[in-house]
Amino acid sequence: MSILKKIFTAVRGGAREVGEAIVDANAIRILEQEITDARNSLGKARENLTEVMAKEMQTKREISTLSQKITEHEDYASQAMEKGDEALAIEIAQKIVELEGEKSSKEAILESFTQHITTLKAQINQAEGTIAENDRQLLMVKTTESVQKATMSVTDSMSSNNSSMSNARESLERIKKRQQERSDKAAASAVLQAEAGNDLAAKIKAAGLSDSSSSSAESVLERIRAK
Amino acid sequence: MLQVRDLAIKLSDAKWEGRSFDCLPMPGESGVLQVTLSDQEEIPIYITATDTQLLCISYLFRTDELKSETVNEFNELCLQLNVSIPLSAFAKVGEQYVLFGALSLQSSFDDIMQEIVTLGENSAEALEAAEPYLA
Repeated sequence: MSILKKIFTAVRGGAREVGEAIVDANAIRILEQEITDARNSLGKARENLTEVMAKEMQTKREISTLSQKITEHEDYASQAMEKGDEALAIEIAQKIVELEGEKSSKEAILESFTQHITTLKAQINQAEGTIAENDRQLLMVKTTESVQKATMSVTDSMSSNNSSMSNARESLERIKKRQQERSDKAAASAVLQAEAGNDLAAKIKAAGLSDSSSSSAESVLERIRAK
Repeated sequence: MLQVRDLAIKLSDAKWEGRSFDCLPMPGESGVLQVTLSDQEEIPIYITATDTQLLCISYLFRTDELKSETVNEFNELCLQLNVSIPLSAFAKVGEQYVLFGALSLQSSFDDIMQEIVTLGENSAEALEAAEPYLA
């Protein structure tokens, strides 16, 4: 069973208490053992693979040498026949039979090597997959554990401090209060700024400064007349 | 491997988007760091390092703080919302509803600070969004 499924089952089955081991130590040991086994078999499979591949190449070379010899002897045989040396031709033909027998037995060996290589490659793939999968599952278990531990230490300290942090309602009220204070402050400072601005404008007007600085139709006419 | 205690030292001197980080290693061997963001003391963030990731978790509320008749609806809503929430996701640890973000151990310090601040803001928003479902 996959670890995620185990965790699901454990949670559904009521292992909800924080701190209760959701995945037992045995399952973790099994996972770790599987990883070690897969690593070992991976190492062996790789070693075997290189060995078998070397043998395969060697056998291929031997087969091509035999093929060459067979062609050579076929040539000799036809030359002997041309010369009318029937006895020699038969002797050569016998050699060819012998060579062909050797070749077909080598070909059978080659076939078994090729199959062995395919099997080994599949084994390597599988071992690599198992290692990756188990590593991932192990991580999931370890994360689940550390989250549990963390939660336990947090909830422990919450209850021992009898802190108000543990009550969402109260936290919420305080957050809202803080936000209200912030927006009140902003509003108050806006009002203050507006007041300060108005105040200054009023003083300027009272001092008769604002009129002289503003340009009215009359002041324009005044300027024209003055020219 | 990243040690949360080293992180605590760096965070204590750092600022991100105007926020400072108040760090407190939790007692015990769990290696949990409590980080309280300035201007958001209500919901601390808890940081744990595992073999592969840095987990940042905020604890929102327990199942028994929800109105029992709307728990299913709320769960459904959480699943629907998960993808939309930046950097964080809803989850449950035991009976605790949590918001969490996971970071690679190779994350930069800026990434970590951004994660913590975002998680803090998301948590406050999540609490507000969950208000109608709270008992």
